[in-house]
Amino acid sequence: MKKLFDFKTKTIVATGLGAALFMVLFMYVKIPTGIPETDIQTAYGVGGFFAALFGPIAGALIAFIGHALSDSIQYGSAWWSWVVASGVSCFIAGLVYPKLQVEDGIFGKTDVIRYNVVQVIGNIIAWVLVAPILDVVVYAEPVNLVFTQGIVAAISNSVSMGVIGSILLVLYSKTRSKKGSLTKEV
Amino acid sequence: MKSKLFDYIDRDNVIYNLSGLTKLICFIAMTFAVMFSYDIRFILCVMALSAVIFAASGLEFRQVRLMAVYVVIFLAINFVLTFLFSPTYGTEIYGTTHEIFRFSKRYVVTQEQLLYQITKVAKYASVVPLGMIFLLTTNPSEFAASINRIGCSYKAAYALSLTLRYFPDTIRDYQDISLAQQSRGLDMSKKEKLGVRIKNMMNICVPLIFSTLDRIEVISNAMDLRGFGKKKKRTWYVAKKLKKQDWLAMILALAVFAASLCMTWFVNQSRFYNPFV
Repeated sequence: MKKLFDFKTKTIVATGLGAALFMVLFMYVKIPTGIPETDIQTAYGVGGFFAALFGPIAGALIAFIGHALSDSIQYGSAWWSWVVASGVSCFIAGLVYPKLQVEDGIFGKTDVIRYNVVQVIGNIIAWVLVAPILDVVVYAEPVNLVFTQGIVAAISNSVSMGVIGSILLVLYSKTRSKKGSLTKEV
Repeated sequence: MKSKLFDYIDRDNVIYNLSGLTKLICFIAMTFAVMFSYDIRFILCVMALSAVIFAASGLEFRQVRLMAVYVVIFLAINFVLTFLFSPTYGTEIYGTTHEIFRFSKRYVVTQEQLLYQITKVAKYASVVPLGMIFLLTTNPSEFAASINRIGCSYKAAYALSLTLRYFPDTIRDYQDISLAQQSRGLDMSKKEKLGVRIKNMMNICVPLIFSTLDRIEVISNAMDLRGFGKKKKRTWYVAKKLKKQDWLAMILALAVFAASLCMTWFVNQSRFYNPFV
């Protein structure tokens, strides 16, 4: 049985390497939407994928570390409210983890729906609630600006987490052999 | 592409010789001090202080030029957006209106709005050098050790140190895969349609992610075999002992933080410095 808050050696390593991957994608691999400053971040797709595979703690740390470091490298200092929101979105996406059995090669239609419902809820909480509220409280940003930014981010990040995350989960489940897939020849 | 993470080059001067723990604590204290205060006088003081530290660290502008460009672009966009979305936010905060001139009925430039937006720019501009100094003068291996020493679980700190270790590798893998796919005719340039480009991007990302998953397996087995995570605590090879100058630096940073709180509670009675009343 998988526990929700497992923190095994494998989770730690997955967190470390996942965050490195998140950083690379966050900095270099963006899909332009045509509107400036609202590129779809492929990194969140990977964040959601790792969260579903390794659980909420790994997900939260991957997004938190990855976002904070890539912000720091690019801008010299991180925008903490959004870094926290990134962590929250992948934490909530990871709550689906005990229900999935991707590493046993099982990722059917119900699992796709389950993953996507959880990840959309996570993105809405993170980008429409957490990020703007922290922006207003910590940075005293104007309210309507941060909520507009939040809604745009919620949409583009749930698209990324939904489409890329689901594709990756399906592909990964196909590379794993199913439990009991071998039969004894009589 | 930058494959070396922080471009860390070891030097022998005051800032480099401080322990990573000290630099982390100073960074956090001063960042929070600036984040909390909206008093432009205080922020300009911190800005001057961080310029002095930057000079003392012996970093060259060449090392941070790219970052500086990004920061300026980011601040300019934020400045314009703030005005477009809330041209009267300054008035709301300070409670008075001193009009300078108006573009239209909605877009009125007031002294309050200007003070608010300039303060905001100064806030970010004064924190950025601190972040750069912290990142560029701290040995990446010592970074994780200091995070652990301020009370974060060593498993999370170890995850961070793995990130720092594997970031350059991941970038190299990404470049290798990308070049290999492009030599097979995958077009990543703007000439291709968006839909095709997204598909091509996935053709690079999928092998990268799956090779990372394989590597996770290998590394975690190696760590398990060596008994990682069996004990509650661990020691760090690179952790430095705290010296006199470390304590001095920490006291200075905490004084800055305390000054920020004092300004808020005793001098201004709010987070904002209000010269209009």
